[in-house]
Amino acid sequence: MPRRKGAPEVNAGSMADIAFLLLIFFLVTTTIETDAGLDRMLPPIEPPDQDVVIKQKNIFTVNINRSGQLLVEEELMDLRKLRDAAIAFLDNGGDGTCNYCRGRKDASSSDNPTKAIISLKNDRETKYSTYITVQNELVGAYNDLRNREAQRLFGQDFVDMEAEFLNPETPSAIRDDLKPKVKRIQDLFPQKLSEAETSVN
Amino acid sequence: MSSLRTFRKNKLPAISTASLPDIVFILLFFFMTVVTINNQQIMVENTLPLATEAERLMKVDNIIEIYVGKPKDGQETLLGTAPRIQLGNTFVSMDQIASNALRELYLMPEHLRKSAMVSIKADKTIKMGIILDLKEELQSINLLKINYTTVQGDVFQNIE
Repeated sequence: MPRRKGAPEVNAGSMADIAFLLLIFFLVTTTIETDAGLDRMLPPIEPPDQDVVIKQKNIFTVNINRSGQLLVEEELMDLRKLRDAAIAFLDNGGDGTCNYCRGRKDASSSDNPTKAIISLKNDRETKYSTYITVQNELVGAYNDLRNREAQRLFGQDFVDMEAEFLNPETPSAIRDDLKPKVKRIQDLFPQKLSEAETSVN
Repeated sequence: MSSLRTFRKNKLPAISTASLPDIVFILLFFFMTVVTINNQQIMVENTLPLATEAERLMKVDNIIEIYVGKPKDGQETLLGTAPRIQLGNTFVSMDQIASNALRELYLMPEHLRKSAMVSIKADKTIKMGIILDLKEELQSINLLKINYTTVQGDVFQNIE
């Protein structure tokens, strides 16, 4: 007798169970990594040919000693005040060439944000967590100022713009649009954070 | 009787579960794509410091991870409590950092080598001396992009 139906149907009822097993296996064995951190650029090892002379008033010195105390511009400072002190220094605009600065225009502090340098020194015995906190506050000072300018010019936070620009999933058209904006803000407050040995003469 | 009969007729049909496997498979594929498999065993204590201004590390392929910290529990009797550096799956002494990092760099696809970045995952209890030495070693082989990997959180908890 010829078969009326085709091949008998395979029971797919257990498919869900198999898929669930796989899913649970993947959930257990993997971790969602959300690595984040503070990006830094080390200076190249060969020193530049000519000695660059920088005015003392354009350098903001931050020293961390072995017990985690801060010496900022030759004065003892609490870590919580570091960010505001750094912002005041960067945003000072002492020689009046900076038309977007809102600082005190103090002649004895930095001339222009593009000339201002933050010099960070630490002891070998300084705790790593303290060092990271100081780095975070200094980067935060730059980010606060850049956010302010980005809000003024483009109505958007700089941090968000940069994150979107660096994200490889952002369409290239948007990234091309963001590139000059990000560059412009970065040029207004260039991050000059030096950990090199600086000599005073 | 008649009422029972009508009740039976109006009974809700069973919900078809035929599409359940599809739904679960979609979930499965979602997790497979989102998640990165971490097959590296961390042999040092690694409590990262907190930071608020941290930027996400976007790519994974161009990153060399260096762990710094005390050897984990159980190994202290063998290895002592001095902080150690882990690169790849082994402990590396300070003078081997350069050659080992270069090997890691060589293993990377060629187009990624230029943008290679070193992620320093240091335990928050260690001292800066070892980090300074590490940075010098990285400078000597011209790996200048570094990232102090942190966890999002209030920075002032670090100093307490």
